[in-house]
Amino acid sequence: MTEQNEIKDISVVEPLIFELSSPGRRGYSLPELDVPQEELDALLPADMLREEDPQLPEVSEVDVVRHFVRLSQLNHGVDTGFYPLGSCTMKYSPKVNENMARLSGFTALHPYQPENMTQGALQLLYETGEYLKELAGLPEVTMQPVAGAHGEITGMMLVRAYHESLGEERTKVIIPDSAHGTNPATAVMAGYSTVEIPSNENGDVDLDALEEILDDDVAALMLTNPSTLGLYDQNIKEIAQMIHDVGGLLYYDGANANAIMGYSRPGDMGFDIVHFNLHKTFSAPHGGGGPGSGPIVVSDKLAKFLPVPVVSYDGEDYYMDYDRPDSIGKVHTFYGNFGVNIKAYAYIRSLGAEGLKAVAENAVLNANYLQESLKDYYHLEFDRPCMHEFVLSGKNQKREHGVSTLDIAKALLDYGLHPPTVYFPLIIDEALMIEPTETESRQSLDEFIEAMIEIAGDAEEEPEALHEAPINTPVRRLDEAQAARNPVVRWYPEDYAEDD
Amino acid sequence: MKYIPNTDEDRRAMLESLGVESIDDLFASIPEEVRFRGDIDIPEGMSEMELAKHIEGLAGKNLTTEEYCCFMGAGAYDHFLPAAVDHMVSREEFYTAYTPYQPEVSQGTLQVIFEFQTMISELTGMDVANASMYDGGTAMMEAALMAGRLTRRGERIVVSSSVHPQYREILKTYLHGREWDLVEVPVSDGVTDMDALTEAVNDDTIAVLMQNPNFFGLLEPVEEFQQLTGEFRNAHLVVACDPISLGVIRPPATYGADIVVGEGQPLGNPLSFGGPYLGFFAAGSRAVRRMPARIIGQTEDVDGRRGFVMTMQTREQHIRRERATSNICTNEGLNALAATVYLSLMGRQGLREVAEQSLQKAHYAAQRIDELPGYRLKYDRPFFKEFVVECDRPAAEVVSSLLEHKILAGFDLGRMVDGMDNSLLVAVTEKRTKEEIDELVARLEGLA
Amino acid sequence: MYPEELMYAEDHEWLRVENGIATVGITHYAQDQLGDLVFVELPHIGDEFGKDDPFGVIESVKAVSDFYMPVGGTITEVNEELLDAPEIINEDPYGEGWIIKFEITDEAELDELMDVDTYTEYLEDL
Repeated sequence: MTEQNEIKDISVVEPLIFELSSPGRRGYSLPELDVPQEELDALLPADMLREEDPQLPEVSEVDVVRHFVRLSQLNHGVDTGFYPLGSCTMKYSPKVNENMARLSGFTALHPYQPENMTQGALQLLYETGEYLKELAGLPEVTMQPVAGAHGEITGMMLVRAYHESLGEERTKVIIPDSAHGTNPATAVMAGYSTVEIPSNENGDVDLDALEEILDDDVAALMLTNPSTLGLYDQNIKEIAQMIHDVGGLLYYDGANANAIMGYSRPGDMGFDIVHFNLHKTFSAPHGGGGPGSGPIVVSDKLAKFLPVPVVSYDGEDYYMDYDRPDSIGKVHTFYGNFGVNIKAYAYIRSLGAEGLKAVAENAVLNANYLQESLKDYYHLEFDRPCMHEFVLSGKNQKREHGVSTLDIAKALLDYGLHPPTVYFPLIIDEALMIEPTETESRQSLDEFIEAMIEIAGDAEEEPEALHEAPINTPVRRLDEAQAARNPVVRWYPEDYAEDD
Repeated sequence: MKYIPNTDEDRRAMLESLGVESIDDLFASIPEEVRFRGDIDIPEGMSEMELAKHIEGLAGKNLTTEEYCCFMGAGAYDHFLPAAVDHMVSREEFYTAYTPYQPEVSQGTLQVIFEFQTMISELTGMDVANASMYDGGTAMMEAALMAGRLTRRGERIVVSSSVHPQYREILKTYLHGREWDLVEVPVSDGVTDMDALTEAVNDDTIAVLMQNPNFFGLLEPVEEFQQLTGEFRNAHLVVACDPISLGVIRPPATYGADIVVGEGQPLGNPLSFGGPYLGFFAAGSRAVRRMPARIIGQTEDVDGRRGFVMTMQTREQHIRRERATSNICTNEGLNALAATVYLSLMGRQGLREVAEQSLQKAHYAAQRIDELPGYRLKYDRPFFKEFVVECDRPAAEVVSSLLEHKILAGFDLGRMVDGMDNSLLVAVTEKRTKEEIDELVARLEGLA
Repeated sequence: MYPEELMYAEDHEWLRVENGIATVGITHYAQDQLGDLVFVELPHIGDEFGKDDPFGVIESVKAVSDFYMPVGGTITEVNEELLDAPEIINEDPYGEGWIIKFEITDEAELDELMDVDTYTEYLEDL
């Protein structure tokens, strides 16, 4: 933690902004202070004043701009190339949406402004919620959660509130072995313990295993459908019935909703709570890790527990409804990631009902095209038509040639392609989880296919070369063990002296 | 079809290679009973021009802080946004990437976060910061949960009522499922009632949560907090603070904070109706493996070049699953980028200047308002850029009357705090000019 | 790869007993499965554990695993070298890479452990 950076001894792709600092250089301008200036210690107690300035860089605007532009160029994004990261729906983000989110009519709004000043913003939130309700097939919505995992925990808190209202205290949440890591983490954070159920030979939830663990201690089942294997669960109605029969609720993880828009609605499947990732299905960009938005849509019986405020409409005005005595409370300081919601709204209005359905169609077509073209080269555990994504296994390459999925992923980088999600889901050995999305053309899919086939060939013929990949990236394979053993998680000034 | 490059010919060729007749066949795995056959009730799509016009119409219905002079704060602040910030966050390579799972092609994102972590560490005086939380309120909640992981026993969380009411509401919401007591300590004369706090904190206390400057803009008796939490080994001191204030006010590390959190919005992020914002989160190095969320570390590549990777990932949900330190995955990375660019542009001198100008202007405004008949400063205590004005009428009335003069006079505290209907919380940033402050004062006077 | 004189547990710990004191580490197989180790969490001296109780945590870059007590006991010594250099376990799992020493509560529990032949057979079935 306290190790100093020894940058002089190692080569550097781009200096840290701190290393570009030069005393006295400035990157800002502010007007002169125009009110009478008082001594600082006349305004604040001397013992509350900061003694040492923070070590922020001293750089000019051009230094800053060049630094961050150069850094940006070290990144691969959807706008640089194909990015088939499974379960993340890395689709193209239309530019007009960015412009809309940057309108000052939205960005220059204080969250506590009186509601009569923010009618446009409230209308946008309200209508986005209406569209999500329609797509989920459920009647109530909150736009407050700002990420998928945030929607999940909000949902699980609703589950608890619901059972408590019935005088029940349930402790278990069932999660399939193929689930995203956020599901079990969420359940535990919400105070539940988790029970894992296996998938059957078709990749669906194993009904016998489910039957065995069902009892009146089960609070909920968390499920994605299609699953992380990209497969639509054939028994979904039956599963829902089984959970409901013991008084549990069904939570739908919407990470994979891109596959089903207009074709199947979680509400019709029997789910009680659905989160959508607006940064996945609804094209808001992923921001290098965020911000996202994870609104949840719920059934009638959960409506009164939704977090406050709920954006409502009385036929004339839009308003924030705080008068909800059974609400679980708040999960975000204000109203969620409004700026991200604008982008999703623009996307939905731009495509319309038909367009959204075409999204699902083309996402599924593209995934099947890739799966069919690659399954002769990489092991496919579940050989049946997929939905929007599918999972290959590099286990043959590993066993026969010592080439791991990690090697395959790194080799793809040398083709200028972003690798799929790797080593997930956990139930597939050496997994490669591939989600092309609908915004890729047949040509870009063909390029990916060609690269994957070449890599499969290289695995046979020159496996050593694959261990060396990548060679064309800004940096090559990084020593993650070193980073974890001796964490260096910040820069220190050169004159920094260790105190221990 | 919009944003979908496949042509009918592409689709035909692809279907043929799959050996299926129609796209509909690809959906055959959806059982008929859950197949949606209806029409989605969403309006028809729009062209780009129509869309822009429609949404500009919605935006146009809002009355913004560009037209109205903003003295409203209460957790979201109208600070100056240098133009370069938005240009940098508009770089496609940054905003169309995701979590940097492949470090070889994510050095941009990774290095930015490393720089962000360094800046937050410097501002707060703490050893290590993470890559961001959802916002200030959820960051404080995560700090309380982390305090629980840092101690083997204890089940009491003590929070001062001078902490932002919505932060406390989030805390209450999240702690509901746990067998912990959440004890709220009352406010006395605008700051934490130290007698009540002393009574509330005991051996069973995991964390003491405070905000400094607090929700009313006032500085808390931090030394007393330090002394009290020092007496109880398990009690971790969690401090939420305004990052701008740290340009002039001593960092929480100097008064014994174990975890420092806050709302990062004032650092280069627009008000944006409450989000996306970013929470920052910093702690001592010994606690690092109990921290929530992503942390970036420095390392080298096989050729000896410096590089950055996600580190200590075994804390996180994608590896540790039900035993993860938090369920957070998607964070507020782009907002952290904005904060990093902002702090780079401002630098040590600029941050100090923003803090000092806000401080000076707020005190000028407070003094002028205090002199007016019908208004007085509610608390005679040190404050930073925000203060409470006691009016001789409901603050809601004052706010709505001043809107006629295109002034957002402040936040009506009656909306969130019982018995404070006549209290107006006024925030003054470096953006407000003397002329605007004088206009506020004149209009307030005109009302009285 | 699997010393003959040691006893083995199903969770891939090895155990050596001298004068009623057991020394425990993890096997070659376990360290190989985990990969480059980056962090260990050890118990405190005097801590008491039953058979199969988790007594510590070991982490590689992308995996976490608990250590389990092969038999019950009270900790008498922990290998603090590992705190700074967990990779010692990768390099020398049966020597310098030992993890804890403890006083055995009930020697009868030792009977349930495997000898080297049984353990290597057990590995083949995994």
